[in-house]
Amino acid sequence: MIGFATRRLLQAMIVMLVVAVLAFTMFRFVGDPINQMVGIETSIEEREALRERLGLNDPVAVQFFRFATKAVQFDFGTSYQFRQPVSDLFAKRIPATLELSFTSALFALLVGIPMGIYAGLNRESPISKLFLSLSLVGISLPTFFIGILLIFLFSVTLQWLPSFGRGETVQIGSWWTTGFLTVSGLKALILPSITLGLYQMTLIMRLIRAEMLEVIRTDYIKFARARGLPDRIVNFRHALKNTLVPVITITGLQLGAIIAFATITETVFQWPGMGLLFLQAVQNVDIPIMSAYLLLTAFMFVAINFIVDILYFLIDPRLRVGRP
Amino acid sequence: MYKKSFVLAAALLAAGTGSAAKAETLKFAFQGALNALDPYSLNETFTLSALGNTYEGLTRRGPDLQIEPALAESWEILEPNRWRFHLREGVKFHNGSDFTAEDVAFSVERVRSEGSDLSTRVPADMKVEIVDDHTVDFVLSSPNPILHYEWDTFYIMDKEWTSENDAVKVTSASDTSVNHAALNANGTGPFKLVSHEPGVKTVYEKFDGWWDEPKHNLDTVEFTPIGSDATRVAALLSGEMDMVYPIPVQDIKRINDNQGTSAMTGPELRTIFLGMDQMRDELLYSDVKGKNPLKDAKVRKAFYQAIDINAIKTKVMRDLATPSAIMISPLLFSRSDEFERHPYDPEAAKALLAEAGYPDGFSIGMDCPNDRYVNDEAICQAVASMLARIGVKVNLNAQPKAKYFARILASGNYDTSFYLLGWTPGSFDSWNVLDNLMNCRDETGKGSPFNNGGFCDPQIDALTDQILVEIDPEKRDALIAEAFKISHDNAYYIPLHQQSLAWGVSDDVNVVQRADNQFKFRFVTKN
Repeated sequence: MIGFATRRLLQAMIVMLVVAVLAFTMFRFVGDPINQMVGIETSIEEREALRERLGLNDPVAVQFFRFATKAVQFDFGTSYQFRQPVSDLFAKRIPATLELSFTSALFALLVGIPMGIYAGLNRESPISKLFLSLSLVGISLPTFFIGILLIFLFSVTLQWLPSFGRGETVQIGSWWTTGFLTVSGLKALILPSITLGLYQMTLIMRLIRAEMLEVIRTDYIKFARARGLPDRIVNFRHALKNTLVPVITITGLQLGAIIAFATITETVFQWPGMGLLFLQAVQNVDIPIMSAYLLLTAFMFVAINFIVDILYFLIDPRLRVGRP
Repeated sequence: MYKKSFVLAAALLAAGTGSAAKAETLKFAFQGALNALDPYSLNETFTLSALGNTYEGLTRRGPDLQIEPALAESWEILEPNRWRFHLREGVKFHNGSDFTAEDVAFSVERVRSEGSDLSTRVPADMKVEIVDDHTVDFVLSSPNPILHYEWDTFYIMDKEWTSENDAVKVTSASDTSVNHAALNANGTGPFKLVSHEPGVKTVYEKFDGWWDEPKHNLDTVEFTPIGSDATRVAALLSGEMDMVYPIPVQDIKRINDNQGTSAMTGPELRTIFLGMDQMRDELLYSDVKGKNPLKDAKVRKAFYQAIDINAIKTKVMRDLATPSAIMISPLLFSRSDEFERHPYDPEAAKALLAEAGYPDGFSIGMDCPNDRYVNDEAICQAVASMLARIGVKVNLNAQPKAKYFARILASGNYDTSFYLLGWTPGSFDSWNVLDNLMNCRDETGKGSPFNNGGFCDPQIDALTDQILVEIDPEKRDALIAEAFKISHDNAYYIPLHQQSLAWGVSDDVNVVQRADNQFKFRFVTKN
């Protein structure tokens, strides 16, 4: 067990290193940060001095080493555009992203599971077919398009919901802000979480439907029905329970994806979270923010994979066979 | 009964004078964010525009950009080298402290200190002499008729507040920590800052102690940056925003058709133009080897005459552009109407090319930004296809501004043969154009750093020096006209047009659209 975990940990660290190198070298090609930091009439000498002070004239290897040694101490440097520590900026933006991700995951589960169950139990009904074709739309349309569609329908035409931002937020403690406690905050959550969660919702729905179809064909369901148990008990206590295992696994993994890929949704809805910060950073060639964001995202995925691996190891005895 | 009617009368009076209980809030969005609030950190239109609502300069500019007294009531030139500014009395900063000559002297020092991005606002060797609390003399080493032209965005800071809060040093672009002035503001302007969350939201509130009679009727102003074009337009259409800018030209009709909103368009000061490498002996990106065809005025003129500017105006810009014959907006130069574009004439262009020794044309690489100016990439594509008609094959390389500017400016060693650029003179004066774009330069950019093509005409250089110190406006304008004429005759640049501003505005608000694209709350009234 210890050996397995250590090996996995070592692999994870190598992955992180590779991501860091990739992230760092990639930014050589994004453009020159200096032009975004000063006005156009700033003299060439001043630009050069600035470049020198920021260490942009050093060899890439030196810059990377500086970046990496600081990053392992959770120091991601200072943002070029905001001139504040990147870690502070992230701390301020994380609540918005987490609340949005949490809400959209909840939306995906609360809507996806019932739809999946229904479609699984009544596979021939027209409503099931409607669900299936709708889910195709959800999977095939790009996120930004769905977002803009929703904005034009619910904000511009019907004027029910806001088209951008978080609405009013409430400060909790010194660093968490929440939109859950105000009406405008809750309203502002609706469109972006649908946009962000739509893909996951359709995924869950299709997964549940397939699993349900599988399970209701099994013998123990047939026996349960033969024993005269009511449909409700059979469907929900026996069938549904057994479909949930893969759903939980997928949902856990997808949660990471939701957080990491909230970028587009946040941009469309001007949602002041990490993703928006990242995209603004790309436009302004704010290298410290970009590097830190990619590193954090990679870290999240590596961590989730690591935990999943360990869990599988604990659950599945076959993995232990033949390993010292 | 008596008491009651008194209250009623008071209420009526209050309603009559416009200070009714209804609080007017202006909500507006811009495509970019307001990052640092230090007024000397970034010389960029939007930043200066936003800060100009809380801070003020000695002068300010009105709706038509004319210079008006602001913190200075008047000024005079005592001797050619000595300017005297009479400061307004009774002006208070937002924190309550008095505005005095000390603050002006302090601001002059701070704006030209290391790390300031606005050091060009005052000459480096200018001396400040405080005559009394409300009189300041500026002593120059040589006459400068446009000393105060850029002072509407040289904002005066409170010496005490800045010192007390340990913010004397300007937050420069390379600083690793922000000082107090970058996240807070203490100006004399019509609005004071309530809260500022960089990249998310900034809230202002009317400053009751403002020295001027407010023409606006706003109580609070909320600014949100909205990066996505579609969302910004949607926020206006849905009524969540009173004003958004800029709006994409293709959405103008939609905004006008929508009930309750309209698009405001007008000429911007920025001139969009094409530049050509006239410095290297061989072009970097061309199939002509051993020589540089663009050194030949005939070739440049052929390029010029091959461009159908009206087609660009109507097809690419949807009529939101004003074709231009000179390198400065006609609004900024009194004699601009004397200039006319070289006419569009592909046949003449072909003849000129043949005369220059390129009857079959040649190929050339062109660099173009795709996210900086209105329809920039589309303009370049149009130019490419027009040049193709005279046999010049253009290999277009359009890229995001972050990469584009890194390449074509001095920092990229002017790595271009043919490029598109836009220029607004920060001082609203032609000298700025000549000094930045039209003088000789060396490889490192010494001279005119933004003369990317590197052409060198000693006559223009000499004129530029004269213009700098000529005080008589008429003589000065004649010199400017002469310099522009040389550039025009030699086709050193190909000016294209002034692009238009496009703002989306709700019918509930009246705003003033200034040609410098600055949005001032003090001109806004809300119904």
